[in-house]
Amino acid sequence: MRNMPAMTPTFVPRTGNTGTGALPRLWSPRAWGILGAAAVVLLVVVPVCNLVVPAGSAFHLSDYTVTLVGKIMCYAIVALAMDLIWGYAGILSLGHGLFFALGGYAMGMYLMRSIGRDGVYKSDLPDFMVFLDWKAYPWFWSFTDHFWYAALLVVLVPGVLAFVFGYFAFRSRIKGVYFSIITQALTYAFMLLFFRNDTGFGGNNGFTDFKRILGFPITAPETRVALFMLTAAALIGFLCLGRAIVTSKLGRVLTAIRDAESRVMFSGYDPLGFKLFVWTLSAVICGIAGALYVPQVGIINPSEMSPANSIEIAIWTAVGGRGTLIGPVVGAAVVNLGKSWFTQALPEYWLYVLGLLFILVTLYLPRGIAGLWARKPS
Amino acid sequence: MMNLAVYAELKAREGPTPSKATGISDGHVVTPGVDISHGAILYLDSVSVSFDGFNALNDLSLVVDAGELRCVIGPNGAGKTTMMDVITGKTRPDAGTAYFGQTIDLTRLSEPEIAGIGIGRKFQKPTVFTDHTVFENLELARKADKRVWPTLTAKLDSAAYDRILANLETIHLAPEAKRQAGLLSHGQKQWLEIGMLLMQEPQLLLLDEPVAGMTDDETMRSAELFLSLAGKYTLVVVEHDMDFVAKIADRVTVLHEGHVLAEGSMQQVQRNEQVIEVFLGR
Repeated sequence: MRNMPAMTPTFVPRTGNTGTGALPRLWSPRAWGILGAAAVVLLVVVPVCNLVVPAGSAFHLSDYTVTLVGKIMCYAIVALAMDLIWGYAGILSLGHGLFFALGGYAMGMYLMRSIGRDGVYKSDLPDFMVFLDWKAYPWFWSFTDHFWYAALLVVLVPGVLAFVFGYFAFRSRIKGVYFSIITQALTYAFMLLFFRNDTGFGGNNGFTDFKRILGFPITAPETRVALFMLTAAALIGFLCLGRAIVTSKLGRVLTAIRDAESRVMFSGYDPLGFKLFVWTLSAVICGIAGALYVPQVGIINPSEMSPANSIEIAIWTAVGGRGTLIGPVVGAAVVNLGKSWFTQALPEYWLYVLGLLFILVTLYLPRGIAGLWARKPS
Repeated sequence: MMNLAVYAELKAREGPTPSKATGISDGHVVTPGVDISHGAILYLDSVSVSFDGFNALNDLSLVVDAGELRCVIGPNGAGKTTMMDVITGKTRPDAGTAYFGQTIDLTRLSEPEIAGIGIGRKFQKPTVFTDHTVFENLELARKADKRVWPTLTAKLDSAAYDRILANLETIHLAPEAKRQAGLLSHGQKQWLEIGMLLMQEPQLLLLDEPVAGMTDDETMRSAELFLSLAGKYTLVVVEHDMDFVAKIADRVTVLHEGHVLAEGSMQQVQRNEQVIEVFLGR
């Protein structure tokens, strides 16, 4: 070869000869700092300000705030899961609300069993089953009185459903808007199913009036704070897990599938397995978020499976900035804080504001909120 | 008529014939995976493909020797890209067989499997991973265990790192290593894609119009690159640029309406009456 350009001196591996300098790290030192600060605030400051600081003090955090932030963190986990599949792998799911709801229902079954005889009808069965004149639990309620079994369902039900659905969809090479529409139809079908009383999940009322979780009273401030801290830890944990995945070679394959799937195939990777991996993982993360959500808000019903809910998840992710992980977390927080303010102040305008927000972000902030401070890649 | 010629060629190859380009002497050298003991690496036999009644490939037969640099030319719609689709598993033939070496039936394998056994393909439109750096593009293409779990836990060792650096030199992209591939010029993308193919350590490279949109200087450098690759690899190049073909080709195959019209050296092909008729419309 003639005219071979010399190696630029900047392109040298930073750590030994393993070549890590050429590939992204888990987090930059600055990101570690921000993450650590967030962990301290959520796991120490918030609990102390809610439980220890007296109610009159300026530093006191109300129970309402703790529940609201806890709820938003659950949404943030969902947005994070959405980013893994949409932002990185380029697969837009409009049915992620389903996996969230299924995780919530699995946890809800345990919480319903934990009510015991404290329900309105003083029966061993949940009130809605007494109302339907059922004499015993249906088979699929078996063992749900054990927390660990319910926790297993939280992971397995969304996971297995996503795996089976994803296998057939991805194997048939269903992509783009077709895939989105099918996921939308899937969540809608499940919503109709769960609306039926005969399905055995409380029909349109769903599950509510929970009394306790693992023996602790569910509305006690300490229980709420414990759930809050658990949610915060899950959010930070999934953020690190997501980052570990997207900075791995597998993560780079996912982005490659998004940008040039045929090149991925002709490079020797079968996209099916990669899509299935991230799709199933994303669904499981949503399920866990749902399981953390239900004891905090105290209710789960089929409206969580409505198509609009799943579309909202996509909006959080787009507003925050796809393909950044942290962006969708911020997006979920901003949109939901806006929502809780609007639905109190101007309830009838919220949907217009949401629609407008989506249009404005798409037009003027295609990389979302995260795009505002992200440095341009050199 | 052309088919008979190809069959005669096939027959002639049944005995151990030395391959000029590779210097494989006695026909008993076996590279892992693909059996090229009879000198040829790719056999297409009476392949037909039709799309909604249009015969994209019509009884196409073609044999490519190991280590050869074969150019395939032909007017638009002659079936050049469809032929590559059949070889790489993107399109299944309606009739006929496609073999890689003596033993591997390409019509039974998926695209990733075919890539895994050593066939690399460059698309007509340069296709690289635009959001990844040049380095990452090569890292992803590198021959490795490409199943999900090994990919998740994969670490880049120093040998692999050095290979990528060497490759960057070969394709003249070392200064661009940390640049996003989407920001490269058209010609650089073409080279990056070729570099990615080389990282796969293929036996057979299929290049669909590899110098389209390149400057004269880039085209010349590409010619040098391909000539240096021939022998080490088998190359099948589809190209419209006749000067480029004349510069690099060992043998030229002319496709027309889905079958082989003529085959031979550039001079032979250029003198062929039928070829002149098809190309100049006389």
